[in-house]
Amino acid sequence: MTILSPLLEVDSLTVDYQTRRGDIRAVDDVSFTMEKGEMLGLVGESGSGKSTLGLSIMRLVPYPGVIRNGHIKIDGTDITNLAEEKMQSLRGRRITFVFQDPMTSLSPVKKIGDHFTEFILTHEPETGKEEAFERAKCTLSDVGILPERINDYPHQFSGGMRQRIMIALAIVLNPELVIADEPTTALDVIVQAKILDLLKSLRDTYGMARILITHDLSIVLERCDRILVMYAGSLVEYADSRELYANPGHPYTQRLLQSIPNVELTDQRLEAIPGSPPDLLSLPRGCSFFPRCLCAKEKCGLEKPPLVELRPGHFVRCFKENSQP
Amino acid sequence: MPTVKTRRAIFSGLISRLTSLTGRGSAGWMTIIGAAIVGVIILLTLLGPWISPYDPRAINVSPPPNPSPPSGNFPLGTNLLGQDMLSRILCGGSIMIQVALLSVLFCFVIGVPIGLLASYTGGALDKVVNLVMDSFYAFPGLVLAIAIAAMMGRGVINMALSIGVVYIPSYYRIVRSQVLTIKELPYAEAARATGARGRTILLRYVLPNILPSIAVVATMNFADAILTAAGLTFVGLGIGIEVPDWGWDLSKGRELLPSGAWWVITFPGVMIVLLALGFTLIGEGLSELLNPRLEK
Repeated sequence: MTILSPLLEVDSLTVDYQTRRGDIRAVDDVSFTMEKGEMLGLVGESGSGKSTLGLSIMRLVPYPGVIRNGHIKIDGTDITNLAEEKMQSLRGRRITFVFQDPMTSLSPVKKIGDHFTEFILTHEPETGKEEAFERAKCTLSDVGILPERINDYPHQFSGGMRQRIMIALAIVLNPELVIADEPTTALDVIVQAKILDLLKSLRDTYGMARILITHDLSIVLERCDRILVMYAGSLVEYADSRELYANPGHPYTQRLLQSIPNVELTDQRLEAIPGSPPDLLSLPRGCSFFPRCLCAKEKCGLEKPPLVELRPGHFVRCFKENSQP
Repeated sequence: MPTVKTRRAIFSGLISRLTSLTGRGSAGWMTIIGAAIVGVIILLTLLGPWISPYDPRAINVSPPPNPSPPSGNFPLGTNLLGQDMLSRILCGGSIMIQVALLSVLFCFVIGVPIGLLASYTGGALDKVVNLVMDSFYAFPGLVLAIAIAAMMGRGVINMALSIGVVYIPSYYRIVRSQVLTIKELPYAEAARATGARGRTILLRYVLPNILPSIAVVATMNFADAILTAAGLTFVGLGIGIEVPDWGWDLSKGRELLPSGAWWVITFPGVMIVLLALGFTLIGEGLSELLNPRLEK
């Protein structure tokens, strides 16, 4: 019997931004695995390192970022030190990225069809232009864009439609993993729901794994299989989404769940987390969340808590859970 | 040999191109009118030697006194040397058009690739190129052109080169500022995330997006090159007196203006303005046509 390696394996990944004031640790010792077809929600506030983590998986960490430590494996192959040319053939074909702002993610002087043919022919030069066009049309209709509009320019589409086109571009070569970095932040709530449902439905039609990066815990709770919560570069909680909703282990996750508005309890005041995320240049010595934590003990301010497995598949980085039987 | 069918296809393609231009509103018309002006001037210049009534180089074709105002025999008058102005107008465009076209070609071929490469690569290369370009830019254009023309001697190509050197920094600056903006835009990054190589991003994503701006610089360059060519002729670094040239007529005619001989300066001046206007219209029109956001 062969042991299948997971689709994506991130092993103690550490990413730094080198600045004049010192290194900023944007991703600190993050490990997780993803199976084929899984949908992972990556949650954290601004500056928590979630986008950097997403880009690191594509080896596209923006300058001056460097991968300091750790490994990224796709289907068992380590891509951490893969040559740039091999990486280029991997990007777009096996892993794709959907960016936050659909309004500027398409070149304004290129027709939609040219974006597709260019992309398809880069990776599959043997494909004819006609065939590439047909595939583009099929994918466009899959994401709910009329195939006839393939010869239109990006400015002729609305924001939601452009994000659909970006998703179509991301899935046209049938990659194994799509990373969507806050794909709905620039869109209003109704369009947001449609785009997220579209992303969710990709498994049924294409069977691909997806990572949804967001700052909004509520939108990943109902759509993702597993959720990874990040705070100040560290993974603080990683669990099945039902499990996370029912038994949040980390105080940060608990407070996040409390700050989701509930339409049924209108008389309840909405909880907020006091304070703001720490300066990554001068992190607290112990737990990064220590200054804002309500259950903080003396020990929390002195040493960094380890990641413990609370229940099978449910990881938490907190002393509080550590001490429980 | 093309068959009737392919020839017909080419013809209908040309027709549909033209009708699609007129269908693009004012930008299309601007391009057509500009191209018509430039086309007519080029045609006149080409046919000049055959259709001009007198030899444009021959002096004293009209009996003294000279300059004489427009009359039946000399519809545009004569200049101080008794040369027929109409003949000189018909033949005098060739130097300017050649210099302008060559210098723009020269600038485009050198300035745009340098700008693209240096600013896309960044780092030390960008800094060095930037320094060199800035030092060229700091010189007053005409003075630098005069120095280069004096060093290299007379001739159409030398004039075009000296004007070109002056204008390369303008292209470089526009290209650089645009590349720096565009390479950070999400669509360039999105292209990188789809596995596109640096060359592809530069040629397929960045270049098409800066073409409208380059078209505008090229027009200004055309108009300016014509004026610089006239200036070079004015200081005696143009082509010799033996070749009819509007720039030469303009600079000589200036001296005659106080005596009331307006015709010597007006007609070459109008031709230079018309030529510059034609190029400007083409450039303005093109910069709009190349921008799909302005498509109706």
